[in-house]
Amino acid sequence: MIVIVKYNAGNIESVKNAVERLGFECVVTDNPDEIINADKIIFPGVGEAGSAMKYLRERKMDELILSLKQPVLGICLGQQLMCKHSEEGDTACMGIFDATVKKFPPLDTVPHMGWNNLHAVKSLLFAGINETDDVYFVHSYYAEKCSETIALCDYILPFSAAMHKDNFYATQFHPEKSAGVGEKILLNFLNMKA
Amino acid sequence: MLKKRIIPCLDIKDGRTVKGVNFIDIRDAGDPIELAKRYITEGADELVFLDITATIEKRKTLAELVKRIAREINIPFTVGGGINSLEDAKVVINAGADKVSINSSAVKNPSLIKDIANEFGSQCVVVAIDVKKENDGWKVYVSGGKIPTGIDAVVWAVKAEQLGAGEILLTSMNNDGTKSGFALDITEAISKAVNIPVIASGGAGEKIHFKQVFEMTKASAALAASIFHFGEIPIPELKIYLQQENIAIR
Repeated sequence: MIVIVKYNAGNIESVKNAVERLGFECVVTDNPDEIINADKIIFPGVGEAGSAMKYLRERKMDELILSLKQPVLGICLGQQLMCKHSEEGDTACMGIFDATVKKFPPLDTVPHMGWNNLHAVKSLLFAGINETDDVYFVHSYYAEKCSETIALCDYILPFSAAMHKDNFYATQFHPEKSAGVGEKILLNFLNMKA
Repeated sequence: MLKKRIIPCLDIKDGRTVKGVNFIDIRDAGDPIELAKRYITEGADELVFLDITATIEKRKTLAELVKRIAREINIPFTVGGGINSLEDAKVVINAGADKVSINSSAVKNPSLIKDIANEFGSQCVVVAIDVKKENDGWKVYVSGGKIPTGIDAVVWAVKAEQLGAGEILLTSMNNDGTKSGFALDITEAISKAVNIPVIASGGAGEKIHFKQVFEMTKASAALAASIFHFGEIPIPELKIYLQQENIAIR
């Protein structure tokens, strides 16, 4: 079973819709047993880092996510919360990825909203994806480039469009809103061997 | 590189698309989902659904439609038309819309922008602004362009950004329906005055109009309805043209 982690962040239903369109069953839940026993876990989210981390800590959901051994995919705010710290609300995050989340300097329109292409792509998550393929972003904060970066995107500066460490994967963009390219990436994750 | 977005707008009444469509290979041209899927296949970057239903059952039928759209559509979409309160916005966003567009209700009650942004984030809030050129500059109109407010368009756009708008959808009433091109001066003035994306709307009639708005203003996206509905400018053709003209396009 695919489990989508339910917490106080938005945009969770659209991930469920996307997974179901690809022919997979999934549940949206915050039940620890269901999360621990899932084949794959998606940790999505649109929202504010500080209030999201507070919510997760109060319920010890951060520890639960850190303890998972099966493939986990963070999306958007999910990726940011998997980094070590976010400038948004000066928030200590989960620290899976050795990167800091910073606010874009106001040198161009913020949020970074729309379709942008990936480069320096390296991961099975991107099997079949070309560097000219565009995916959909909407965010005002970005994860710095680090050794766990598996795809870069350029907007104002190069940032981590996707990250990977052990069983943890994450994307800053929204595969669930990225048309056929996003579906390929989601399928690559859903078909990963545990 | 971040791409400029091409956004078709679909007018919805009682759960059906309003304008006739001459796509021959579409089963039901009145079905918003069939039409939306067709646009996605053609390469639309985002969709806007504008609900013009004026009945009391509006909220319920709209919520049902938005749920269906969210299940079927794999690109971002905005829903607007008669969203007058945080409660209206909640219904539409919880049904699966990525963004809501508010227009007259935001002018009447600017704190609505802040309320929706606080609840769902700025990225959810599109402030639609209808503007008309008068002797002393571009002014904001409300109620479908029927009522002048006397408010300066640039001043209102900046205020909307400060209140938490994530995007501005700017429609020039002078240009809308004329097919003479977008209103470049006000689009440039507003896109320079704010630091959030601006969607240009009103006046698209030829492919060159899209090139002009992207080259001569800071607009992030361009929206049109009838030229796409009636197949006057097929989206794939428009996108190939813009690419050839060195505009960053998906």
